[in-house]
Amino acid sequence: MASLGQPAPMQPTSHQFKKNARTALSDHQLQEALSGLPTGLVAQRAAARDRLPEFEALRDYGRDLRNHCLDHLDLYLERYEARVIAAGGHVHWAETAEDACAAILRICKAADAKSITKGKSMVSEEIGLNAHLQTAGLEVIETDLGEYILQLRDETPSHIIAPAIHLIQGQVEGDFRRQHQHLPKNRRLDEPAELVDEARQILREKFLSADVGITGANFLIAETGSSIIVTNEGNGDLTQSLPKVHVVIAAIDKVVPTLNDASALLRLLARSATGQEFTSYTTFSTGPRRADDPDGPEAYHVILLDNGRSELLGSEFREVLRCIRCGAYMNHCPVYNAVGGHAYGWVYPGPIGAALNPGLIGVKEAGTLANASTFCGRCEAVCPMRIPLPKLMRRWREIEFEEGETPVLTRWALRGWATLAQWPSAYHRLSRFMVGAMRFSAGKHGAFTWLPFAGGWTAGRDLPAPQGRTFQQIWAERQKAAASQGNSSEAP
Amino acid sequence: MSRADILGKIRNALDVSTDDKLRQNTVAARLWDLPRATAPRRVAAPNTDLVACFIEELERQLATVKEVARPSEIPAAIADYLRANNQPLRLRHGSDARLADLGFTALPEFEIETGPATPNDSTGLSCAFTGIAETGTMALLSGPANPVTLGFLPDTHIIIVPRGQIVATYEDTFALLRAEVGAAAMPRTLNLISGPSRTADIGGRIVIGAHGPRRLLALVSSEL
Repeated sequence: MASLGQPAPMQPTSHQFKKNARTALSDHQLQEALSGLPTGLVAQRAAARDRLPEFEALRDYGRDLRNHCLDHLDLYLERYEARVIAAGGHVHWAETAEDACAAILRICKAADAKSITKGKSMVSEEIGLNAHLQTAGLEVIETDLGEYILQLRDETPSHIIAPAIHLIQGQVEGDFRRQHQHLPKNRRLDEPAELVDEARQILREKFLSADVGITGANFLIAETGSSIIVTNEGNGDLTQSLPKVHVVIAAIDKVVPTLNDASALLRLLARSATGQEFTSYTTFSTGPRRADDPDGPEAYHVILLDNGRSELLGSEFREVLRCIRCGAYMNHCPVYNAVGGHAYGWVYPGPIGAALNPGLIGVKEAGTLANASTFCGRCEAVCPMRIPLPKLMRRWREIEFEEGETPVLTRWALRGWATLAQWPSAYHRLSRFMVGAMRFSAGKHGAFTWLPFAGGWTAGRDLPAPQGRTFQQIWAERQKAAASQGNSSEAP
Repeated sequence: MSRADILGKIRNALDVSTDDKLRQNTVAARLWDLPRATAPRRVAAPNTDLVACFIEELERQLATVKEVARPSEIPAAIADYLRANNQPLRLRHGSDARLADLGFTALPEFEIETGPATPNDSTGLSCAFTGIAETGTMALLSGPANPVTLGFLPDTHIIIVPRGQIVATYEDTFALLRAEVGAAAMPRTLNLISGPSRTADIGGRIVIGAHGPRRLLALVSSEL
């Protein structure tokens, strides 16, 4: 097997979203890969929701529960820590990505580790863990199949639950043939099952020889000091059961009070994410192996990462911390569906990324992601935690403007419009004039096939010219008509 | 120190102090009262056939489910299943005395081993603590009786589910667990298993047998 690359920590490219998006839109393989989303994850979620009549009520319960968690976060974290220690585990608090990476490296060195297996963890992507450990000379193997494929390609996940969703099967075959050179060249790799089998054989060896297993956590439970991972492949379980050390990397916002509270959220998680009633494996881990346990790790460590979340907690963006990372917002987002996850330029793509990333890596780098939205509201409509994503994105747009990060032309346009809007009579007169002028210049066709500064838009479609009157004119007429019928309070 | 700094930042963000009795009481109450969300309607009615619901949901998730009338029928049921799937009559289970008493010895061609899984094991046999009707989920507690690796290394995983241990919800399982092992005491690993290992990471198509078992058999049996 060829040696794996040694990637540098992920450098955000969110500031060049527009450039990334253009590249993505002309990438035919990516477009083919993304085309399955509406009939796949979106349809599956809808079916699962329909099978559970209490789904909508459960979303309210989940929202309130997560608000309660955040309101009492300090107390639940203290309780959680006490329970982990009581179960024989260790808790490491990390304020920054560097702190977290350093703590994990220390644990690996203390265990004299050479080989490390990893379950899927977005937080580990956030802190650039692989690069940090590899630079220190450790072998790090991603064991989630999608993540493993990405590691072979030296790429980052483009989706938080389906990390390799941007790839088509043929690309994976090419990667396996390129990287697994010790296997016969004429072997069959035509079916997904054949590719899965090959990865299974290779990763088996890695599972069995690893010294440390690192997983993320979907939830942490204050009642018991347990960490939960939710998987379908079972890779997370092999990662944490076979090596002598299990390290959990989790952000501070993952803590929930009780097993019962986790149950409520788990009912929403898989259904929202993949449309499954429940994933194949939901695993609760508490401390290291007990005295009479015949298997399991001898040591259990939890890294509690802040990395900007405590600031978000005190900000007007607190609601984004309710997120349970189901990914439904991405699957339903028209922008994500068009450009995929890499265009967003950092770990968390899609609307959650637009609401979260500026808080984690700054407005200068990621503020522009808030513009990558049509504000259609589908993300909020499907969010199991009812996070008001359009509202949060709108607020980031305002902050981006206030901090002078909005491009000059956009600023001028917005300023001009704002000034005009303060003079209603001028605004109405001008819009009446523009409507007439546009109708006139569109001619008989009634639409523009080309417009200055909008060539990219009109290249794919015509812009219909306004027909007749302005919105304000129509509104005023309807109000008048309604008043004459004696029900003036009723809007038309 | 990171711990004090992070907790301090959280308290600042929430605008609270460490000695706020009301908040402490709220948290203590939730940990004591263990409130539950409303149970799913499919298992909430008092006369629900939980066993039927459990089986239906588990089969939806690509597992095989068989019912046996008596524990003594388990070895033959397992042998049938393994033969039907072209698997050797060889399995490993934990030190659970109930499994040793099942009578595998009556089938001399069966090769039985005990202890945690090894890479060469073809079939692992576990006992569920509960079956959970709402999603056809089985709760397994790790320990000498149920080594956790038995459910992940072998190609075939077989789980015996005592019929009387089939409950409606996850919360019911946790209530039984608290009663059995005491509040806040958890086994090293509590596995909720709802199907065989699967992935959709290649082209979005579901493939069974990613890293864990390629097939899962649940045997619903009267009391062991």
